[in-house]
Amino acid sequence: MAFKGIDFVPHGTKIPFVSMRNITFILSGLAVIASIALFSTKGLNYGIDFLGGTSIEVRHKAGPANIADVRSKVGALGFGDVQIQQFNDPRDVLVRIELQSGGEEANQNALDKIKVALGDGFEFRNTEVIGPTVSGELTRAGIIAVITAIFVVLIYIWLRFEWQFSLGAVVALVHDIVLTIGIFSLLQLEFTLSIIAALLTIVGYSLNDTVVVYDRVRENLRKFKKMPLNELLDVSINETLSRTILTSVTTLIALVSLFVFGGEVIRGFVFAMIWGVVVGTYSSIFIASPVLLLVGVKRDWSGLGGAKYKEPGTAK
Amino acid sequence: MLHFSRWKTFIVWGFALLGVLCAAPNLIPEKDLASYPQFVQNLRLNLGLDLRGGSHLLLKMDKDLLIEKQIKVLRGNVRTVLRGKRDGAARTGAIRYRDLSAKKDRVEFKPSDPADLEKAYQAARTLIEPLASTSFGTTPGNNVDVEKTADGRIVVRPSEPAITAKISTSLDSAIEVLRRRVDALGTTEPSIQRQGEDRILLQVPGYDDSDKLKAVVKQAAVLSFHLVVRPANVEEAADGLTEPGTTIFPSKDQYSTHYILEDEPLITGADLANARQEISPQSSRPVVSFRLNSRGAVRFGDVTAANVGRPFAIVLDGEVISAPTIQEAITGGSGQISGNFTVSTADDLAILLRSGSLEAPLTILEERTVDASLGADSIAAGKLAAIIGLVGVVAFILMAYGTFGLYANIALLINISMIIGALSLLQATLTLPGIAGIVLTMGMAVDANVLIFERIREELRAGKTAISAIESGYSRALSTILDANITTFLAAIILFWLGSGPVSGFAVTLSIGIFTSVFTAFVLTRWLIAWWLRSQRSKTVDMPI
Repeated sequence: MAFKGIDFVPHGTKIPFVSMRNITFILSGLAVIASIALFSTKGLNYGIDFLGGTSIEVRHKAGPANIADVRSKVGALGFGDVQIQQFNDPRDVLVRIELQSGGEEANQNALDKIKVALGDGFEFRNTEVIGPTVSGELTRAGIIAVITAIFVVLIYIWLRFEWQFSLGAVVALVHDIVLTIGIFSLLQLEFTLSIIAALLTIVGYSLNDTVVVYDRVRENLRKFKKMPLNELLDVSINETLSRTILTSVTTLIALVSLFVFGGEVIRGFVFAMIWGVVVGTYSSIFIASPVLLLVGVKRDWSGLGGAKYKEPGTAK
Repeated sequence: MLHFSRWKTFIVWGFALLGVLCAAPNLIPEKDLASYPQFVQNLRLNLGLDLRGGSHLLLKMDKDLLIEKQIKVLRGNVRTVLRGKRDGAARTGAIRYRDLSAKKDRVEFKPSDPADLEKAYQAARTLIEPLASTSFGTTPGNNVDVEKTADGRIVVRPSEPAITAKISTSLDSAIEVLRRRVDALGTTEPSIQRQGEDRILLQVPGYDDSDKLKAVVKQAAVLSFHLVVRPANVEEAADGLTEPGTTIFPSKDQYSTHYILEDEPLITGADLANARQEISPQSSRPVVSFRLNSRGAVRFGDVTAANVGRPFAIVLDGEVISAPTIQEAITGGSGQISGNFTVSTADDLAILLRSGSLEAPLTILEERTVDASLGADSIAAGKLAAIIGLVGVVAFILMAYGTFGLYANIALLINISMIIGALSLLQATLTLPGIAGIVLTMGMAVDANVLIFERIREELRAGKTAISAIESGYSRALSTILDANITTFLAAIILFWLGSGPVSGFAVTLSIGIFTSVFTAFVLTRWLIAWWLRSQRSKTVDMPI
């Protein structure tokens, strides 16, 4: 007999997920409010993609770099807000200066001056100069992309399911995105264009999870015509629980490997995705499904029309 | 669902094999590559700038300057029309005018005699010409619009489509010039693309001397030789006003020195046949020596013969580099430009002069330069992360699903080969986020198999036989798999559309991964499991129920 494998996730669970909704809604609500509060007070640590400016990663050719020396050399040039930080390896220093007023040329000149000031002792490993025109465009493109993604998803789910499902999925998505922005604000991690890419991937992943649960809900709606909605939702979530956990685990194995071994350049990007997978898995179970209970769903999937069924005592 | 006809088997494995074969050339070590045929050499991943090092510059053409130039030409044309036709010694149809001026977007003048307004209007209208029709077959209209104003002036302005066409052709010629300039730096495969109406994206892989690149790329390098009327005094330099037919130019290196030059150039950059940097034997300083084409040589010979003893100025991009005196007629068609050069700047100028000039200088909007050593570090880190991630996922799936997990893992490995094969075939650019996309796909690709296997387990628990549980596991999971993957695909399309460089690279790998993973997870594993069922005649399923 061949190896059968180990059963990681117990089956036949009857965890009352939906009745935890009062707790999870409050928790998520608080987290969302905290995220918005953080965003509006602390703001995000925008990278130069959005703010414009210059970012230079230099490596000191002869051994560990002297941060104070780099700081005084670059600071003396008078470029306003200058950030100097240790990076990755003791030899590496990240130099960031804010967008210089005076158009595209001013930013190019700033780069030239830094190169002269630091001299030949350094190797310029990664240089980025983003002028005012492009940074404005990238910010716009980023916001448009996220909003478009949510909108497209809303329509797709609406076409494939019902508007109530679409609402639930979008509430869960917005929840995921807001919490991701919240954690970036809390930890003041650099928010770049690639984080927007991560956000869109989170949109895809979180939706993936939600759709799997919804598919099962729809199937069970056809199967158990008389079962109360809260029970039916619990059954659906429990039936898909092992899949939800197994997929999250394999995805996290891959992502954690990237986070640990993939290098400094994509660490922020990978962090956003790890966070997104965790939050997305949570929200598809505890947010997307219970929302169906609040708005009610069509019970008769066998034919046309059909009355909306509302769970007694859930919403007035 | 579990029956595969012979031709279906053939197609399924043909596809998988094709993917693996397309990925295989990536395993050939760099040093052995030359001994393989060209098509094999081409089937390798096209690494992005962040992985192989290089420079990325987003350039913008100075639109306002182009329009300004266009207006100046238009002013000349208006003046010519108003002068009338030469008829023997006399002129006919001349119209007296005043206040002929070039404004930001138009040329305007006033007929001296208000009674000439209609006549002047008709004369100006002779400048109207239809523009060449576009490739879409639409008629874009005329080159200029002419109108009379209430206060008796005539206004001539270039039309919107004429300006657009001008910018477009200038940008196309700029791309050609940039290609020659960048090629002259000795780089391989620069990518030069037009973006939007007035931008150029220049990517030069493997070249990380961004200072040199920028110096060579930005400059318009419009060269012309003019006779010097006289040096300008301070007041003239300040207000810029001179007699008609002459213009004031500043000196490049001598602060506050200005020259009044004749507008008509003796020769221009277009008359050059060649230019190179050398060390002058007289001064032992770097100079740019040039050779004129035959037309330029004859012309230059004539004007120098007629103007011995007069100074002439060498003007580059509106600045006088040097103003030597003509000692004797220069008939050989070659000469030297001396100025305040270093070997490197003289070399740059020679490259620029050889490659031709831009109609307007380019501004750098965005610069990203990655050192090759950082790129190599990123590749190494990406590879390590991918291998460890793969081993982790494979081990986990094997533990979770036993024999069926083995099939899912075979599908996963073929899936990754197919992604790499597809990227190599399409010559899509692999960036560091792209590697992250592949690693993420590993995690998510098994999702389809997890969905199917979990479904099979449920069916088994419900008391179905192995075959019918597997049958319905696959068929019932299909709609969920499609829904889940279509939503991710929609997000990937939006990413691609947002895409700047590395981000769109991520979107491409993610999208390819979605297609290959649905194929390998839904079709390949089904074939493997069907084959296993037939060969084992198994009544049970090897996975935990």
